[in-house]
Amino acid sequence: MKAFLRRLAALTVKELRQISRDPSSIMIGLVLPIILILIFGYGLSLDVNNVPIAVVMEHSTPLSRELLSGLNGSRYFSPRYVASMHEAEELLNRREVDAIIRTAGDFDSRFKKGHAEMQLILHGVDSTTATLIGQYTSAAVALRVQSALERAGMKNAGSGTGSAVVQGRIWFNEAANSTWYLVPGLIVIIMTLVGAFLTALIMAREWERGTLESLFVSPVGRAEILLSKIIPYFLLGMAGLLLCLGAARWLFEVPMRGSLLLFFLSSSLYLVVALGMGLAISSVTRSQFLSCQIAIVVSFLPAVILSGFLFDLRSVPLVARIVGNILPATHYMELLKTLFLAGDNMGIILRDCAALIGYAILFMGVAIRFTRKKLD
Amino acid sequence: METDAPRPPGTPVLPQATGACSGIFPEPEDAVVRARALCRVFQSKKQTVTALHALDVDIPAGRMTALVGPDGAGKTTFLRMACGLLAPSAGSLFVLGLDASHAAQQIQNRISYMPQRFGLYEDLSVMENMTLYADLHGVPQAVRKKRFSRLLDMTDLAAFTARPAGRLSGGMKQKLALACTLVRSPDLLLLDEPSVGVDPLSRRELWAIITGMVEEEHLSVVISTAYMDEAERCSHVIVLHEGRILAQGSPESLRSLTDGLCYTAPLSEGMKARTLQAWLLDRPAAVMDAVPEGSVVRFVLTPECREKGPAALCSSGDSPLRKDSCRPVAPRLEDSFMLLLRHESAGQEERPAPAGDNSRENTPERSAPSPAPGEEAETVIEVRDLVRRFGTFTAVASTSFSVRRGEVFGLLGPNGAGKTTTFRMLCGLLPATSGQLCVAGENLRTAAAQARTRVGYVSQKFSLYGNLSVLENLHFFGGVYGIGPFALRRRIREVLEEFDLAGHEHDMSGNLPGGFKQRLSMAVGMLHRPEILFLDEPTSGIDPLARRMFWRRITSLSEEGTTIIVTTHFMEEAEYCDRMLIQDAGRVLALGTPGEVRHQGGDAPTMEEAFIHIVESSRAARDHDRTKEGTA
Repeated sequence: MKAFLRRLAALTVKELRQISRDPSSIMIGLVLPIILILIFGYGLSLDVNNVPIAVVMEHSTPLSRELLSGLNGSRYFSPRYVASMHEAEELLNRREVDAIIRTAGDFDSRFKKGHAEMQLILHGVDSTTATLIGQYTSAAVALRVQSALERAGMKNAGSGTGSAVVQGRIWFNEAANSTWYLVPGLIVIIMTLVGAFLTALIMAREWERGTLESLFVSPVGRAEILLSKIIPYFLLGMAGLLLCLGAARWLFEVPMRGSLLLFFLSSSLYLVVALGMGLAISSVTRSQFLSCQIAIVVSFLPAVILSGFLFDLRSVPLVARIVGNILPATHYMELLKTLFLAGDNMGIILRDCAALIGYAILFMGVAIRFTRKKLD
Repeated sequence: METDAPRPPGTPVLPQATGACSGIFPEPEDAVVRARALCRVFQSKKQTVTALHALDVDIPAGRMTALVGPDGAGKTTFLRMACGLLAPSAGSLFVLGLDASHAAQQIQNRISYMPQRFGLYEDLSVMENMTLYADLHGVPQAVRKKRFSRLLDMTDLAAFTARPAGRLSGGMKQKLALACTLVRSPDLLLLDEPSVGVDPLSRRELWAIITGMVEEEHLSVVISTAYMDEAERCSHVIVLHEGRILAQGSPESLRSLTDGLCYTAPLSEGMKARTLQAWLLDRPAAVMDAVPEGSVVRFVLTPECREKGPAALCSSGDSPLRKDSCRPVAPRLEDSFMLLLRHESAGQEERPAPAGDNSRENTPERSAPSPAPGEEAETVIEVRDLVRRFGTFTAVASTSFSVRRGEVFGLLGPNGAGKTTTFRMLCGLLPATSGQLCVAGENLRTAAAQARTRVGYVSQKFSLYGNLSVLENLHFFGGVYGIGPFALRRRIREVLEEFDLAGHEHDMSGNLPGGFKQRLSMAVGMLHRPEILFLDEPTSGIDPLARRMFWRRITSLSEEGTTIIVTTHFMEEAEYCDRMLIQDAGRVLALGTPGEVRHQGGDAPTMEEAFIHIVESSRAARDHDRTKEGTA
């Protein structure tokens, strides 16, 4: 046992020295998370803010002005008032505005009769944005219409839909702020990258450079070899995790509603899964190029696309949903989003942790199975 | 067993061939490695390769055993199996009394093994690499201190303990690998070609370490090598060929196989040693081997001609030999090695089919289109005051030389002497810091692409596409050189013939044995019929038989007027050159014909000794100057 620990320590120190001297592992382990979190955090936002919108009032009346005033002073819109539809269309064609909202000349009289109409034209090249703009505009205008109707004492006179108004409220992410759910997802991606991608490279590198051949003919066992890979990269992954947590808290002000202890426990678990995946890939392929490709295809890309990072898995086709549910990243994603935004929902947490433990055993088993002290 | 194959009449029965070692050694009771009917088969998708055929080996304890054999003989496979890194396909293998297929870990706890490509951690320092291996082997701190200082002292690495292993020269890396292997005193030491690609000076140092340790600690050592002089230092030699043992015994007993067959022949007036060598090699019925040695050519007769002696070669009228001028000399291990291989490949038509077959019957006088003595051929390479600096480090310092058409010019020097830098500048791969450089009338660095097609380059490493077949590689490079499709098809047929690759057209290049790869590289380099051929350590890691065939080809090429620039670590190969240059620390130490260089090296009997003498005396003078500067 003492000899085991001594050898493990020697190999781990060697690994740490290599990490500290090899800029590429520091790059992937620490610099890349920072870059990713800045790019995704600031660059990728699914919200629409300051949408340029052309406002055409063919006959500017106090009523139409009032109804459209909801667009002013809102962080979602930056309205441009133009004189004619023609001018507005030009702006839309040049994509200086993303939408046109128009009131006809007889808007006031029609409003009084109870069937006034507003025209909304959207630039549909980015369909997601267009849909969002449509919803936001309707919501902004509807509020004003409602109060205008109330003031005019014309209840039920509107479109004849009755007086029931849907009062929406979003729980857990009250502001419907997409950074709040992107940042936890980002942590999943960074953990996958550090865990699977880095370890896939390092083990294969030892095979390629022939360093394992010399190492094998010594009292070293394969448990020591594998552990000496897991320990340093686990530490590196944890450092990346702390960076992400710091950024989430202080840069993006994402709340942490669950327990921090559960957060670290489940993250450690996922890191072990990712490390196991990387070690399994590289001990099977024994080639840096191949394991790099495989690691990207089976761990990184699915973590971005199929784990529910961007798209809700319930709204994707069945096959993609099944594949997504097989991925360990999906379970960790659910865990993190729950912990960050919803709090300690023990049902979800226990279920996902159990899945992660299963994966950890599976991948480590494969890695141990294929790392034999043999060259054939 | 294998030697029971039908022999040509008159062949003497090899006394201690194959397993019959009991005549030389008493049945070894303390064999450190004992193999019985050991087989190893490699299976890939397409083919099954048998690396070892029913091997019976006993490796004696407390001695040095050499494992020699051509490429693909199974040396590395055998060593890896002894380490428990490969499992036997059949048969039994006991190492230190332990079964290698079940007790691999126990064996690995007790042995030390230096693979052919020892995996030093390049970003760890010399000391960190050694500490890692000492920790892994559990060397106690008290022992470690003494052992480290002894190893550092022997390897001359004491001044470089903090340097990353990746920044050591080739020779130093190899010495560090040996030091890491020797961090503790193993029960069995296995070394797989420890001196491959290492210069003569480092090679001598490596051997000093090995023999020093063996004597001090009575180690049992198995060492595989391509150098016959290294095998000669061992007390037991095993000759492997295609997975079978051809012979084994002490170097003396193996040498005695060629007793009375070795002679030297003086050169007649104006004849090149290489030409006489080619003439001799082209008579395979009477001559097994011939190598130039200064002013004579040393040759080995076939056993069939033992009775007649050199007279067998003097019968024809145009023979360049005279019976009374040939002197018998003592046999060497290499001669016996060639004899054994020759027997083995008899009937397989493995005999070198030298390039330009039709010139076989030509007399040397007629086969050499090079100008008659006295008439100088045109100069094709002219180098004046060539300098190359990397930062403050001067890799090449004011070097001048010239090479004439059809010459074979050798570039020699220890690892890190500036050979490769000089080479790269000549090929136009690296700009010179200052000086003049003229290859085929142009500076290749600035010349048009057209000028480059007059030059062929074969790099040190196998730089062809391993996952393309032989034919695909040739087609690809032919296309790169801009050879038209019809001309290319014809030319490919020619080079396949010329370099003995016919029958292997569809083999994956990466799976070929070393000698084949080297021939394929040469074939690619010669596709466009260059006037000048650059060869960077072409024979590194290749066995004597393949090397001989290689040089026979070089001779033909040079006779056809191709100029050849070659670097090598095999000093005996310097003898094949018309002229040579010895560099160290970027400076020219010697320039001239092999005879002149040997004379400068204190009239040493071999080129290797001359080389070591020249380099060491220059280094001593430099150190002396430096200390003088220091005191001044």
